[in-house]
Amino acid sequence: MAVEAGCYNFGLAMARATQEASSIPPEVLARYEPVIGLETHVQLKTATKIFCACSARFGDPPNRNTCPVCLGLPGALPVLNRRALELAVKAALALHCTVEERSRFARKNYFYPDLPKGYQISMYELPLATRGWLEIEHDGKTKRIGITRLHLEDDAAKGMHEGFPDSDRNTYIDFNRGGVPLIEIVSEPDIRSPEEAHAYLTALKQILLYTEVSDCNMEEGSLRCDANVSVRRHGEQNFGTKTEVKNLNSFRYLVHALEYEIERQVQTLESGGTIAQETRLWNVAAGRTEPMRSKEYAHDYRYFPEPDLLPVHATKAMLARVRAEMPELPAARRARFVRDYGITPYDAGVLTATRELADYFEQTVRAGAAAKTASNWIQTELLRRLNASGEEIAASRIRPEALAELIALVERGEVTAASGKAIFAKMFETGKPAGRIAAEDGHRQIQDAGEIERACREVIKKNPDQTAKYRAGNEGVFKFLVGQVMRATRGQANPQVVNEALRRLLAAK
Amino acid sequence: MKITREDVLRVAELANLELTESELSTYGAQLASILSYCEKLNELDTKNVEPLAQILESGAAGADKDQAPDGGERQHLRNDAPRDAGIIREVVRRAPDGLDAEPAYFRVPKVIDR
Ligand SMILES: [Zn+2]
Repeated sequence: MAVEAGCYNFGLAMARATQEASSIPPEVLARYEPVIGLETHVQLKTATKIFCACSARFGDPPNRNTCPVCLGLPGALPVLNRRALELAVKAALALHCTVEERSRFARKNYFYPDLPKGYQISMYELPLATRGWLEIEHDGKTKRIGITRLHLEDDAAKGMHEGFPDSDRNTYIDFNRGGVPLIEIVSEPDIRSPEEAHAYLTALKQILLYTEVSDCNMEEGSLRCDANVSVRRHGEQNFGTKTEVKNLNSFRYLVHALEYEIERQVQTLESGGTIAQETRLWNVAAGRTEPMRSKEYAHDYRYFPEPDLLPVHATKAMLARVRAEMPELPAARRARFVRDYGITPYDAGVLTATRELADYFEQTVRAGAAAKTASNWIQTELLRRLNASGEEIAASRIRPEALAELIALVERGEVTAASGKAIFAKMFETGKPAGRIAAEDGHRQIQDAGEIERACREVIKKNPDQTAKYRAGNEGVFKFLVGQVMRATRGQANPQVVNEALRRLLAAK
Repeated sequence: MKITREDVLRVAELANLELTESELSTYGAQLASILSYCEKLNELDTKNVEPLAQILESGAAGADKDQAPDGGERQHLRNDAPRDAGIIREVVRRAPDGLDAEPAYFRVPKVIDR
């Protein structure tokens, strides 16, 4: 979560930096309201492709995972992957969609070298699920974004246009990705700013990760996003002409491209022009959206029902099976953390950012740590160090039980808070238990009243002037004397015991 | 059914076909004849008939919506278990411009506007 927020700020900064000199004044921009809908393609976490038994693994040698079905060889017949259907249904339920009792695959016809069949198997007039919603949080407010539809389809192969000696003449095709299962999730045009779009994608990704529908790895193409964008004057009821912006394959590009496209449209309208309904590509290097060459999108896809596949029935038995494996979703878990652990909604939001982090927190509490204390340790020490080292929480050498042990040492006063942090750092590096580090590195707090009293007597003897001042009523000197005792004990004396002993000894004479 | 020259040109364009003048008229006539034949279906009254996209689906009408008699689901689904088809070398070898080597690639002319 923190990492993404970082990218996002970076995106905004970059967007500002690359704005052209002709950039329109903010007060003009403010007269317009952006209207945005997102189409998100998500690769499902299956072992095999959607219509054949080839592995869906990423990163295998080119074309290793191919067969007559996904190579589009004549006579090959597709058979739907049960798990792909279940995961799509799971995503639909998590997004509050109505899963249609009966849906149907359709052929979307077009020619491209990465599409061996000459058509994509998608869903058209009878999608798998419709009419859902997703809650986003932005600016401290909660807003509901509608989901128009969610459907299943197969992915295209990967064309490699560069990096070969003859790349000026040829394109190389790897069909490993061809036929892996995707869901397309289409939002309603309910999004009103690039920031809301970012919040939508964040919330969507979080739900897909919680439900284990997808690994949402954007670098590997498991999560891809296109946007429909238009602008209109505030108060206007009708939508303006929209453009479709493609190639928004990171949170940063999404925000950056939307900001650019909104400004471009406003600028066009302000200078008396009209918006052409077209598909535009986000050009990462140039930092702007550019129209795709007309032929690339002037398609008539001639959809028709896929004759090789039966309609899909989302049976009651399947829905029940999928519901049974549905985990607690982020929003519910956030609410429960606030209610059951008495932590703030903000803290609950941070701790439920990922399922792994939320599990970690709950395991720490179950191992005996107080919820608020565990929340603080995790948010400050653990997340800070994980962010710095770029590690996932699953890889952390400090297991929840070990963190609970450290918290107990500090709570019982056996080590100071400062020592606790030092011990934590060492645990993070070595994975050694807190108790052992405390003993080995001499972090154990001195609790022994006799030992502390000896140290106090010593300090009093060494500082007759200050002692006299205190006795004359100068309370400010007391702090200095405590400091001297702490120094003499290398910071390991229990401050409470030091306080009591000093007061008693100073009052005695 | 009337098929215009423009209809044939459009269908040919979508199918990536370049037709000669004589082919245009031949295919135009054939398309018109096929479509006229199919128009016969319009003579039937289908007011109370559900549209059917797949002939195998007809057996499902009225059946138990959830389960087939054998307790399984009515639809034919595949379990998510990988199986290596192991055909890639052979396919690449037979491809017009395949690279029968490791890594094995299919090669096509650079993708350009047509
Ligand atoms: Zn295959």
